[in-house]
Amino acid sequence: MSEPTRQVRLGDIAVARSGDKGDSANIGVIARTPAAYDLLRDRLTAQAVERYFAATGVVGVVRYELPNLGALNFILPGALAGGGSRSLRIDAQGKALGQALLEMVIDLPDERDGRDAER
Amino acid sequence: MDGVLRVGNAGGFWGDRIDAAAELVRQQPDLDYLTIDYLAEVSMSILARQRDGDPGRGYAADFLESLRLLAPAWKATSFRAKLITNAGGLNPMGCARAAGQVLRDYGCDGRRIAVVTGDDVLELIRSRAASGANCDILKHLETGESIEKVLPDLVTANVYLGAMPIVEALRSGADIVITGRVADPSLTVAPCIAHFGWSDGDYDRIAAATVAGHLIECGTQATGGISTDWLSVPDRAHIGFPIVQVDDRGILVVAKPKATGGRVDELTVKEQLLYEIGDPARYLSPDATVSFLGLAVEDLGGDRVRVSGAAGSPSPDTYKVSATYRAGYRASGVLTICGRDARIKGQACAEIVHQRLAGKGMSPQGWQVECLGAGDAVPVARSLLPAADSSFETVLRISVRDPRREAVERFARELMPLVTAGPQGVTGYAEGRPRVHEVFGYWPCLIERSAVQARWEMLEETA
Repeated sequence: MSEPTRQVRLGDIAVARSGDKGDSANIGVIARTPAAYDLLRDRLTAQAVERYFAATGVVGVVRYELPNLGALNFILPGALAGGGSRSLRIDAQGKALGQALLEMVIDLPDERDGRDAER
Repeated sequence: MDGVLRVGNAGGFWGDRIDAAAELVRQQPDLDYLTIDYLAEVSMSILARQRDGDPGRGYAADFLESLRLLAPAWKATSFRAKLITNAGGLNPMGCARAAGQVLRDYGCDGRRIAVVTGDDVLELIRSRAASGANCDILKHLETGESIEKVLPDLVTANVYLGAMPIVEALRSGADIVITGRVADPSLTVAPCIAHFGWSDGDYDRIAAATVAGHLIECGTQATGGISTDWLSVPDRAHIGFPIVQVDDRGILVVAKPKATGGRVDELTVKEQLLYEIGDPARYLSPDATVSFLGLAVEDLGGDRVRVSGAAGSPSPDTYKVSATYRAGYRASGVLTICGRDARIKGQACAEIVHQRLAGKGMSPQGWQVECLGAGDAVPVARSLLPAADSSFETVLRISVRDPRREAVERFARELMPLVTAGPQGVTGYAEGRPRVHEVFGYWPCLIERSAVQARWEMLEETA
């Protein structure tokens, strides 16, 4: 059996804000520290976000990096079931998606990864 | 003035705090400009419905109420700020005349009111689509569908104008500028250009002003509202509206009036920077295309945050158009269900309503069932709430959409009988039958700038 992996809740190392951008949703994620940004850049990939929100019907998540702000911006096409005025969902404008993403659990790099990074 | 222009926002959407403008000028008497934003993507379709009932309407009447509260402060103090708002909606002239009357009623004499028009391109789009020539540009920006599909149902079509007509009105001495559809950040860009005399090719500084506008256009979202750490935001009941100080180099300081609640710090400002943006290297606005990738955010302490490093380039030679079209009817109804297996009971209730509609040949085209509180508000929440399936209480929300009004009305009648026929513990139905609303679809597209004539004029009578 492998060692238990150390984990962190995204909301402990980052803040977020979400809304609609046409038929897509966007989620901005801002790291609370520079070290957290490095971790997010490695672990919070477009694929990871797409898997996490699969139940919304999202397809083709795009990630933009803003290293100057320690931030990532995600575009979630199809996450709003028609978007804006036509969606029948209570969260038609994706305002709650940021809160949902902050509950994601992220594996921390283990000790060996850390040593690798230092070499 | 100390080389810094102070632009405040006293309303981020139609429905925001109505007395915010009056409060802001009392809290910050040295404010140079006050902006109030009313128009969301489909606001114009609501205004169109109002105008259909009364041609004198079609603007955000909340603005007049805000002005009534502002006028006494304006008269009584040395407050000299000018006011820029998109409250004009589909009828900027009607809004401006009504605003002038309000100011005269309160003895606020001598204010000059300018009106910006030219954003309404509905007839242009209708005639072009009918002729069939040069229609590629009118395709839906995201889906690529042809506008032919919605042409008979179009209700409104407005371009997002830029800052220049507002700049010209301000340079000609306007104290109040009332617009229809204008890009939200342009309400802030315009006074910067008018004050500092930037040329319209001064893209980096215009980009900075665009960032300033983006930061304050949603009101208290820049001062701690909807921030992730909201529970630790101080004095939330008295949250201040945002003020951005812009200097001639295009360096911004985001702030809020002293002795107000809320918070302006590095994280709240960064959150709002990323709010509803796409590619951060290409934030599109009619005044400049802005790159956020060189922005530096520095917390100065005391609820002041410095933002620098905006980079701009020419905006496209097209305007973005926001069109709306009739897209049928919708209704939403809720029942609160308490008791064991509340979620399962909620879903069973929804199934009953669906069966009864199907039996009448009225199955709605759009059908959405959500058991709120049991993990359905965000479709990933069920995995986050271990007890979601055995929740003791839930708010069952059923929403339908259909081209047939009668199908939606039938739904509204089929929900309430569950108060007696449904599971024990159904409650919370005091609102009665769901109301039927018209649905307006959103059609974003482009149009050549050369096809649009932005105009402004000064009302003859001063307020």
